[in-house]
Amino acid sequence: MAAAPFDIPALGDPAEHPIPALKPGAMAASKPYVAAEAHQQPLGFPGELTEGWEKRAVEHMGSLVSKYRSLQVYMDICVKCGACTDKCHYFLGTHDPKNMPVARADLFRSVYRRYFTPAGKIAPGLVGARDMTKDVLDEWFNYFHQCSQCRRCSVFCPYGIDTAEISMAARDIMDSIGQGQKYCNEIIGKVHKIGNNLGLPAPALLDTLEGLEEDMLDDTGVAVKMPIDVEGAEVLLVTPSADFFAEPHVLGLMGYAKVFHAAGVSWTLSTKASEAGNFGMFIGNYDQMKKISMRIREAAQELGVKRIIFGECGHAWRVAYSFLNTLAGPWDFLDPRYPVPQHILEFTNDLIERKGIKLDKSGNDGMVLTVHDSCNVARGARMGDRPGGQFTIPRAVIQASVPKFVDMHPDTICDKTFCCGGGGGLLTDELMELRVKGASPRMEALKDVVDKQGVTHMAAMCAICKAQFTKILPYYDFDREMVVSVHQLVSNAIILGDND
Amino acid sequence: MTIFFAILFSVSTLVFAAGLAMKIAQYARTPAPLKIPTTPAPLTKGGVALRLGREALLFESLFRGNKPLWLFAFVFHLGLAVVLIRHARYFETQVGPLVALVQPLAQPAGLAMVAGLALLLVRRLVVERVRYVTGPSDILMLVLLLGIGVSGMLMKCVVHTDIVAVKAFFTGLMGFELRPLPADPLLGLHLLLVCLLMIIFPFSKLLHAPGLFFSPTRNQTDNPREVRHLAPWAARLEEKG
Repeated sequence: MAAAPFDIPALGDPAEHPIPALKPGAMAASKPYVAAEAHQQPLGFPGELTEGWEKRAVEHMGSLVSKYRSLQVYMDICVKCGACTDKCHYFLGTHDPKNMPVARADLFRSVYRRYFTPAGKIAPGLVGARDMTKDVLDEWFNYFHQCSQCRRCSVFCPYGIDTAEISMAARDIMDSIGQGQKYCNEIIGKVHKIGNNLGLPAPALLDTLEGLEEDMLDDTGVAVKMPIDVEGAEVLLVTPSADFFAEPHVLGLMGYAKVFHAAGVSWTLSTKASEAGNFGMFIGNYDQMKKISMRIREAAQELGVKRIIFGECGHAWRVAYSFLNTLAGPWDFLDPRYPVPQHILEFTNDLIERKGIKLDKSGNDGMVLTVHDSCNVARGARMGDRPGGQFTIPRAVIQASVPKFVDMHPDTICDKTFCCGGGGGLLTDELMELRVKGASPRMEALKDVVDKQGVTHMAAMCAICKAQFTKILPYYDFDREMVVSVHQLVSNAIILGDND
Repeated sequence: MTIFFAILFSVSTLVFAAGLAMKIAQYARTPAPLKIPTTPAPLTKGGVALRLGREALLFESLFRGNKPLWLFAFVFHLGLAVVLIRHARYFETQVGPLVALVQPLAQPAGLAMVAGLALLLVRRLVVERVRYVTGPSDILMLVLLLGIGVSGMLMKCVVHTDIVAVKAFFTGLMGFELRPLPADPLLGLHLLLVCLLMIIFPFSKLLHAPGLFFSPTRNQTDNPREVRHLAPWAARLEEKG
């Protein structure tokens, strides 16, 4: 790893991590590329800031506040107690006080106060109210793109104030006036135009899947299929397009295929729904989220499947679990015996419990695993039929597949998990400093179990986490191959019989 | 002084009640278009009631987040609750059982309230990151509450006021009848600050009291796969196709 043009945080003991002293302005220069007209217009957003944007921003704010109870309530009720101030991974990594959740939310709240509250209209100085100006907008653009919408602050807030809701609203306002973020909007454009976030056209998908089938035949001697666009299959698998692309993602994809094969359940991918991710959530835009979700409904109807299962992707699972019924339901044409949608880990765990598949831990000999709870799974969605199933089910699948498993420090797992540092639409190279620094709390907890418990690998259940960690781990002198898919472990351990 | 406070109390009570009612109506009216409970979340309404109860009475999330702050806030709010219940005796002709029950706790509760507030104020000024997010209004709010607490405690423990007359004033006011209020400067200050607090309540962060119950991350059941959740404005989008 070449020397980074910024300091890489030193890793201490996660049990006694000190709260950093404030470094005002430390990340004032960090910002993503602004979306060009070509990224904005396909989404129905203005191409650039034009005369009178301030007024339109305030109007859009008013509209959002009246449409989202979360936003309205969270604007009013924060008491500035500071319980969230030491909870954000970006604050802990960068020490920039505007990365404290309350301070970040106040960038938005100050404008809300000015235009929508009597106190802010009468005595702006007293309550910290500000006019919507270019300086304020620039601050919004920089710092609302330093929030990965991981919701860790919401866990500890006495009122459940969720900065993700506020950063989504801020981004929606910025899009609506022509100041979008290139990374997210370009990707959403690709979903609409080509069908997935990576812009992989159907022939490339088919080619990749064939190649993976050959690899699996060579490795196992078993003809595990990777079907796509197969009408009448039982299951439609919707997975992040990263799964077709790079390691460790593809290793997980082969794991899903092997599980379906071993269970004898017919399944298919879809070229139309070749993407589980829904970046409409990152930009806080309901219409985009709905439009992206509708592809899955259409694919399911066209293929005539009975069930929908999602692959390993954090925010995709949040949108799927929490919002899909709202955005693209009702799902009354699917088999009512199964929840819609299901997570691949729910499917695999159920098979393990019912002995529908067999695993041999020696397939992962020599590995000591820990798991990274992905934030959108941990704090925004569930698995199974009990609260907290999203913590127990992945652990059960990993433990069934590997010889040894250890958890990281309790303050850094389950609903207290630290974000990988690349979620929420920040997985873009121009934000590398933020990503490296934001990853430091996770890296600290990882180093702790590597040093003390001999951990060799960290499993992740989210495409963004996997992509982020493969890039970030070397900055902290870890091997990039330390991060693995959960189903990669299943893939190594599963005993494939002949189902024909 | 009697007429002044009779008018001020009527106005501030009206502002408090109407302002709060309007805010609560606004929260209730504003749709929550998506299911966003912070998980792990309860699967049933009963579970949600328990979760909200623990938040409102025990400050559960704050306890997980910051123990010293939890202690300061808890001591203050508990003291305030007892003091408020006890003040009911100035408004009821017959002293109720709850008021009688907390009667002996009045002094420690008042002390707890003032001590909690003082600790919260010191913390606000001393802890760097909390000072960073503190605005003038945050300080003023604490000072206002401290003023109410200290003036009340002084009347309770040091310079006694004619509470029989005070009670007569308030019970009279509730029957639209003017009875004289003792001309006691400490009492005047206490009542003035209370009126001020009631007036700013619906326009300030004190809305956290009703707001907690409207927070979607805390008050929603975790059942999005089982029950389709559709806000009215989102349903209208659907009709348009």
